[in-house]
Amino acid sequence: MNSPGNLANRRKVIAAAVVIIALIYLVQLFRLQLLSPEYREYADSNAFLRRTLYPARGAIYDRNDNLLVYNRPTYDVMMVVREMEQFDTTDFCRTLNIDLEQFNRLDADMRDRRKNPGYSSYTPQLFLSQLSVEEYALLQEKLYKFPGIYIQSRTERQYNYSGMGLVLGYVAEVDKNKMAADPYYVRGDYVGKSGIELSHEEDLRGEKGVEVLLRDAHGRVQGRYEEGRHDEAPVSGKDLKISIDIDLQLYGEQLMHNKVGSIVMIEPRTGEILCMVSAPAYDPSLLTGKAFGTNYRSLENNPYKPLINRAIAGTYPPGSTFKPAQGLIFLQEGIITPETRHSCFGGYPPLGGRPACHGHASPLAIQYALATSCNSFFSYGLNGMLSNRSKYSGTVEAFDVWKDHMVRMGFGYPLGVDLPSEKRGFIPNSKFYSNVFKTDRWNAHNIISIAIGQGEILATPLQIANMGALIANRGYYYTPHVVKEIKGGALDEKYTTRHESGINREHVELTVAGMADAVTIGTCRGINLEPFMEVCGKTGTAENPHGDDHSLFMGFAPKDDPQVAIAVVVESGRFGATNAVPIARLMLQQYFRGEIPESDRWLENSVINREILPYVYTRNLPVRQHEPVKPQEEQ
Amino acid sequence: MIYQGSRERVEKGKIDWMTVGFYLLFVVLGWLNIYAASFDLENATGLFDISGRAGMQLVWMGSSLLLAFALMKIDVRFYETYAFLFYLAGIALLLITLVMAKEINGSRSWLIIGPLRLQPAEFMKFLIALMLAKVFNTYGFRLMERRNLILVSAIILLPVILVIAQSETGTALVYLSLILVLYREGLPGSFLFAGMAAIIYFVLGIKFSDKMVGVISLGEFMTILLIIIFSALMIRNYLKRSKPFRTMLLIAAAIFLVAYILSFMGVTINWGVTALAALTASALYLIYLFFRYRQKNYLLILLFMAGSFLFLESVEYVFDDLLQPHQQMRIKVTLGMEQDLSGAGYHVGQSKIAIGSGGLTGKGFLNGTQTKLKYVPEQDTDFIFCTIGEEHGFIGSAIILLLYLVFILRLLHLAERQTTIFGRVYGYAVMSIFFFHLVINVGMVIGIMPVIGIPLPFFSYGGSSLWGFTILLFILLRIDKSRSRL
Repeated sequence: MNSPGNLANRRKVIAAAVVIIALIYLVQLFRLQLLSPEYREYADSNAFLRRTLYPARGAIYDRNDNLLVYNRPTYDVMMVVREMEQFDTTDFCRTLNIDLEQFNRLDADMRDRRKNPGYSSYTPQLFLSQLSVEEYALLQEKLYKFPGIYIQSRTERQYNYSGMGLVLGYVAEVDKNKMAADPYYVRGDYVGKSGIELSHEEDLRGEKGVEVLLRDAHGRVQGRYEEGRHDEAPVSGKDLKISIDIDLQLYGEQLMHNKVGSIVMIEPRTGEILCMVSAPAYDPSLLTGKAFGTNYRSLENNPYKPLINRAIAGTYPPGSTFKPAQGLIFLQEGIITPETRHSCFGGYPPLGGRPACHGHASPLAIQYALATSCNSFFSYGLNGMLSNRSKYSGTVEAFDVWKDHMVRMGFGYPLGVDLPSEKRGFIPNSKFYSNVFKTDRWNAHNIISIAIGQGEILATPLQIANMGALIANRGYYYTPHVVKEIKGGALDEKYTTRHESGINREHVELTVAGMADAVTIGTCRGINLEPFMEVCGKTGTAENPHGDDHSLFMGFAPKDDPQVAIAVVVESGRFGATNAVPIARLMLQQYFRGEIPESDRWLENSVINREILPYVYTRNLPVRQHEPVKPQEEQ
Repeated sequence: MIYQGSRERVEKGKIDWMTVGFYLLFVVLGWLNIYAASFDLENATGLFDISGRAGMQLVWMGSSLLLAFALMKIDVRFYETYAFLFYLAGIALLLITLVMAKEINGSRSWLIIGPLRLQPAEFMKFLIALMLAKVFNTYGFRLMERRNLILVSAIILLPVILVIAQSETGTALVYLSLILVLYREGLPGSFLFAGMAAIIYFVLGIKFSDKMVGVISLGEFMTILLIIIFSALMIRNYLKRSKPFRTMLLIAAAIFLVAYILSFMGVTINWGVTALAALTASALYLIYLFFRYRQKNYLLILLFMAGSFLFLESVEYVFDDLLQPHQQMRIKVTLGMEQDLSGAGYHVGQSKIAIGSGGLTGKGFLNGTQTKLKYVPEQDTDFIFCTIGEEHGFIGSAIILLLYLVFILRLLHLAERQTTIFGRVYGYAVMSIFFFHLVINVGMVIGIMPVIGIPLPFFSYGGSSLWGFTILLFILLRIDKSRSRL
């Protein structure tokens, strides 16, 4: 078919085929190497292992520079399955203080990809976490006997004092929601979960660093990439100095032992919180280390709910401690003058003696009404304000004016303390009552109980203490806060901004006088420290539908140049004078003298030994539990 | 009659130093890249340390140079005289290997003699080439005589079968590449065309087998259109008539046009049926042409048409039932139907990542992360081109590819300038083998060809293959040296 001459032409066909294929390959190379940047990314994610370097979490000091929280190294046992050879399992188990059954379970857990999605037999896998120093030392010595076993060090929170768990908070492994909300966190990171650890997480945590390593197809690390030129060193977390006085705090917790309630002390000049006791308290060391899980569950199941910080998340009717605030509003609004007198006949006459009152001289003006905690006086006051038609168009407007004053004094909304889960308490507005009564035509007599801090009114111990600070300052306050200083950082401006209450100073002075009288001649004589110091105070006895009345106290000292404002709440502690006042007295003694004088020792003993545990409700049956939380023995 | 001129004149012939230069360049570049590919970050061995791959390759290189030197010293007539004996010995060795060899990586192709591990299949390449050259060189040999066709087919297919039995499919395909020699020596182009057409049908049929066009798959639809176009082209090419060529395409186009218009008028058109109708009409037209002109070629084209259609219909059966699952997977990955980066596509995926990450200038010698960290398997043997691509980028890999292109064209030139049929056939065989290796190996690494494990000559690590390629090349240079200049 073809002549030899034609055949010689076939060399051209073959040469053409060779050239064409070479060109096709060149185009493909061009495509792969110059037009597809994704291959470089693939290669990088393949080959580079970006190992996180964890920064040290910031330490926490109290206001007197006592170290409260620091980091302690702890040790995890890591296993590289591929490198393991036969070894003496019994010896291994004995070293780690586990039995063979636990060994097998830990081994199975480690290999189970459902529990450990990142399992690889080539890379170190967590076998057992948080060895004690003794176990670590023992294992380190025998490590040569166990090929494939490595020890990895980590840090763990450590506490010098056994109190204040709620304020400090705890750290634990980050959860899914947090990871989704903040890309900084990855699985296995530790993050603050409550208290200061949570609210100051970003100051405490520092910045993670990274080390770029090369790894092979099996995930084995082969070395550092370009001698660590792309590594970033971690930045340590900032140390915090908190305003709490740890001695005062621990003393408060001691006084509140076997009781439920709260003590809050604030330095009025700055808004710094000196102590924030919430009882029952727990030892922060319970929520660290190996026993975290069991301890957390037992705290969670305790009927007295030790994981709730009652100082900011417990809301109580403030009772009579609310009266100074009421009086200030009536004075400011001109409803009463310092001389306005109302009569009291053991109760509020217009409503047939309700709310009831106790024996004292009558009629009386505001100063004496505060001293004797007269219910009738403040009922008259509220009625006078809400039915004043010359000043307000109606009850609704009058009530909203009242409410605005309350809010400016720090009630009804979270104060903004630098701790998580602060509650707002409750100050109703006019709309609330219009909804309840299904009409705008309600009057003061319908809601008379709020005149004496009962009814719908709720406040947190912190808000009550803040009211004390406001009065101590003669009309303004600083947002209460626990962190005094961030080392190498600045405090949020909101903690250095003065909040005015809008109440004239002369009205506050009158209230101070009333509260001073309450201590000298009135309801809280139990806290009279004269001649050592002039104390101002106001007791409260709040009705508790679930049991005995709550015992409350609000005050500050000294009267002129106040150093400290205080609020005490003892749940089911009955009269304010019974429990809250003695506790406040001892706290003031401790704060100002640094010790309890001999004359008060009997009181201290008596208070510490009191057991006031309210009923707890399990399936609607009141049960009195005799299982208070005991702080761990100090190590 | 073949070697004219005196012995002295023959001995004075010059060695083709250009080819020797290519050889030395490739071997040295290969050696450096083997060093880079097997470089271990933690315990790096030196370039010259024979406990490492590079050092060992140096040993193979040295012995290859001695071998090359020896080959150049042997009288050129020796190769032709003993070609048949060599071939028989080679076949015998393949048989022995098949029986004796232990399985290594799933293949029974390694013969272990003391410290030496040899792959006889590698050496069979030049033995077949010599044998073919000798047969073609017999007086008055004409390929297209039936007896000769059978002889030549047997020479190639016998070792193919033995090597497939050793599970070295890649090497068997290399032997088959000698069809290029047959083409040069007179095998009609239609054979190659039929082969090409079969590959195209196969690829289309498999790649587009899951999308349906009416009663047939998209692949079948496209192939049917191709069959009609090919048949029409054949009419023009073999019968030198352009009127029937045009008429046939017009018939097919008319059928589609009618279907298209009908579909506009609201009739539901089955495009698969339409394509089948067009094919049938074309076939009928061919039958008509045959009865009108009484020319055998029309019948042959009809045969091509029928054969193509039958082949197309059997593709799916062959693919699904005759191929092993891993072979199916490799083909699917190559055709881009599967993106299985951890399974069958792992090699190619990782090798594309390695090459692609090289960019324009590459990461630099010994800096390839994919390479160092053993992401690409067989990095220093079959996938050596990855290392070049990753560390030297587009510039480096393009230069190597172009050098290879020049090298193969040089071999083509050498083959063509031979004065004997023996020399020319051997030259073409050498060129075909190198060309095929390049096409398959580089094509596989850059993801164009399916994964077929054959080395890149002179670059891939391995003693047998380097020896084999050295022998192949230097016998050609020996023959070229003593060709008579007319």
